[in-house]
Amino acid sequence: MTENNRNHDTDPGADGSDRVIATPTSTEERVISGTSEEQGSHEGAYSAEEAHPRPEEVQRKGERTAAVWFTLAFLGGVGFLVSYFLFPPDAQGDPSIAHPLVGQWANMLMGGTLTLSLFGIGAGMTVWARQVMPHYEVANDYDELPSSPEEKSSFSDFFMRGADESGFTRRPLMRRTLLLAMAPLGVAPIVLLRDTGPLPGDTLRHTLWEPGMHMVVEGTHREGDSQWIHEGDLRAGGMISALPYVEPDPEHPHGLSLDAQAKTVILLIRMDESDFSDEMTREQRNWTHNGIVAYSKICTHVGCPAALYESGSHRILCPCHQSTFDAANGAKVVFGPANRPLPMLPITVDEEGYLVADGDFSEPVGPTFWDAQRGE
Amino acid sequence: MSRTTQAPKALRNAGNYIDDRFHLAKTGKKQLGKVFPNHWSFMLGEIALYSFIILLVTGVFLTLWFKPSMAEIVYDGSYERLQGVPMSEAYASTLYINFDVRGGMLIRQIHHWAALIFVAAMLVHMLRVFFTGAFRKPREINWLIGVALFALAMVEGLFGYSLPDDLPSGMGVRILQGVLMALPIIGTYASMFLFGGEFPGEDIIPRLYMLHILLIPGILLALIGAHMLILWHQKHTQYPGKGHTEKRVVGTPMLPAFAVKAGGFFFFVFAVTAGLSAFVQVNPIHLFGPFTPTSITSGLQPDWYMGFMEGALRIFPNWFDVDVAGYSLATAVLVPGLVIPGLIFGALALWPFIEQWLSGDKRHHNVADRPRNAPVRTGMGVAGITFYGLLWMAGANDVLSETFSVSLYATTWFFRIAVIVGPIIGFIVTKRICLGLQLRDREQLEHGYESGTIQQLPSGEFIEVHKESSEDTVHVLESKEPVSRIEVQAFDENGVEAPSSRGLMGRLRLRLADWYTRDNVSFEGVRPHSGHHLHHGAHEEEHSPEQDREEATT
Repeated sequence: MTENNRNHDTDPGADGSDRVIATPTSTEERVISGTSEEQGSHEGAYSAEEAHPRPEEVQRKGERTAAVWFTLAFLGGVGFLVSYFLFPPDAQGDPSIAHPLVGQWANMLMGGTLTLSLFGIGAGMTVWARQVMPHYEVANDYDELPSSPEEKSSFSDFFMRGADESGFTRRPLMRRTLLLAMAPLGVAPIVLLRDTGPLPGDTLRHTLWEPGMHMVVEGTHREGDSQWIHEGDLRAGGMISALPYVEPDPEHPHGLSLDAQAKTVILLIRMDESDFSDEMTREQRNWTHNGIVAYSKICTHVGCPAALYESGSHRILCPCHQSTFDAANGAKVVFGPANRPLPMLPITVDEEGYLVADGDFSEPVGPTFWDAQRGE
Repeated sequence: MSRTTQAPKALRNAGNYIDDRFHLAKTGKKQLGKVFPNHWSFMLGEIALYSFIILLVTGVFLTLWFKPSMAEIVYDGSYERLQGVPMSEAYASTLYINFDVRGGMLIRQIHHWAALIFVAAMLVHMLRVFFTGAFRKPREINWLIGVALFALAMVEGLFGYSLPDDLPSGMGVRILQGVLMALPIIGTYASMFLFGGEFPGEDIIPRLYMLHILLIPGILLALIGAHMLILWHQKHTQYPGKGHTEKRVVGTPMLPAFAVKAGGFFFFVFAVTAGLSAFVQVNPIHLFGPFTPTSITSGLQPDWYMGFMEGALRIFPNWFDVDVAGYSLATAVLVPGLVIPGLIFGALALWPFIEQWLSGDKRHHNVADRPRNAPVRTGMGVAGITFYGLLWMAGANDVLSETFSVSLYATTWFFRIAVIVGPIIGFIVTKRICLGLQLRDREQLEHGYESGTIQQLPSGEFIEVHKESSEDTVHVLESKEPVSRIEVQAFDENGVEAPSSRGLMGRLRLRLADWYTRDNVSFEGVRPHSGHHLHHGAHEEEHSPEQDREEATT
């Protein structure tokens, strides 16, 4: 939109009037000087010296160009309406756009015509402004911002007279009790927020896992005991993302609510027992079974599932912020921002060799909170 | 064109009807004549405003079908690929908008694209205001409103793209919850209250929905209204030029030219948004699948404006985490999640007041600074951009690592170092460039510009002819004001310390003020074209004490 020309061309057009600032480019200047009578008869919102009307033939050409754009825009708009009706539901009432390819065509056709319509209006208006309208800049004074001292003191007098008259300044008992009366009301909205949720209590410290609970692979259909994970399902170097097995109920066809899944999901990792780090405590080793370890899958940083496992280095990586844990060493943090190791789930097998939990997690799962490692 | 038509009868009647009730004729004439300075950079804020309008319109449309519910259902809708998959009603209703509502996909994409453009336009608009000093007195309040708008728009966007409850956006909510949990003492309470229990619960989507469509847009609307009213009342700043003074603003009047230009520009902005939405897919939630707290995909990215926080979370190490007696202070979450955005927005909000404190400049400013004429400010701005930009890129370090086959941890280390070193280099380089440009400006002001014409003198010497710059250019060059600075002299003539320089704050202020104003090319006493027009040998004089000084103090 800028028409200010600040390069080294000297602008010859500034005439006497102090309200005329920008001058037309040299070609326009020439044209204007040729149509001085027309300029004299200008009766626009601003005086003739300020407004530089475009010559009639430029305006006529501008009008035609703008009209072409507006016509295109009209056709685009009609096209938009038409393309809406080009994709009706089929005889059964199923929408035709449900097919991704058809949906994509519908999107492009409707979007394309809408774009044409909007662009045409924009282009037409721009041609209108640039070729039909006179071309000029005007000046306007900035307001003097600070009021004059007299105005200020007069206001101040008025205000304080009013305040005194009201007694607010001279009746401290009334003033203070009013403020006092308002204080509890100010707190009320915050208090009302109390029932937005339960207190944490110790819910964050416990999960569904309990001794003897079987496991199923996360993400598949989890009904029936045929889905239980057997210790033989894991080879050394293998990793399975698993959930506890819970009988399905009508509300949760897969047995577990999202809340429960968010806390109970684990990574089952098997490696050669000799790969376990010497730093692992006896207790931690007792929580493993035949080289199988179970860690919470939820990262202790901010709670993404730490889903990537590299069997060669025994590293678990969270793809969100790249916290890296050593699966061979109690999921100790070896890189990245996580605060503490992934909590470990004690596991063992039942008589038939199915993996079962041997208790709950060693620590609260998920993002580290203030007293997460405080114990009960 | 050269005759004034009388107002049509219908218009006159309507006008009279309104004026009978509001007495608006005089005000109306004045306001319709409001002057809008012409410069492309004044259109950045317009883009933000128009994007907001597009967001309001398309957002209302989306609410007709969207169900803000986390009730778990098994999908049985018309998008075949997800049939039989358990998902929330929010996600299913978004699929419905995509695949059952004609134009629904288009409106969703326009809404999303407009949001991306909205925040981007605000950011670039804010940078323009920063670098040209348009935030200076009397416009500090409007700057603060702008900073608040930017922060709110980010939150609004985050909540908005979380609503469909698809896998990546749900993970964004998870990260939000993780950051809340890390708050000392109140963290678990804040999380339980916001989510109505444990994560993810059943309440968060309805609550984010309320915030996204009612509370935050309401505040945004009010603040945008205030922003515009203040702008209208104080009038625009303007760039230096002939006739552009601190007392008078020069530009296109509202009626007729600006109204038509701005109207046309609105349609251009809308057209670009619609064109992108027609042909460039954005946020294809039907490809992402519904949220489950147990699944993840690699290469996850938030919308661009959350990228700097994502990057900060990735590169900030856990070395400063405090674990004492079972209590944890997870600084690796708290610093990137709260301290870094706090610093960025805090610095933005405080900058006008810091600058005023250092320069002691309490005057009104209506003519914008050229960025080169405020080298420290411009340098700080570039340092800020570098910091933000590197954090933003760090938010994609896994993608960078994969694309360029670099070790993932190497990218982390690169960004850890770069976010500290980069801004410093950016500051120094920018300040040097500014000072160099100042020197060139002074030379051009004194000697005119290099015409490219080579002449041979009778003596055989070759010279380049310098020509006088245009009047407009001279106005621009002369717009550089002497640097306003507080009295750095700590002692008066009697050896008594000035009261303002006593104490820790006083001394800090002096040091900072010196740093802020020290390096600068003085234009004092420079008269336009006072140098030899035909002579090019002025370099010795040009090597002025100021120049020596800034070289010494870098």
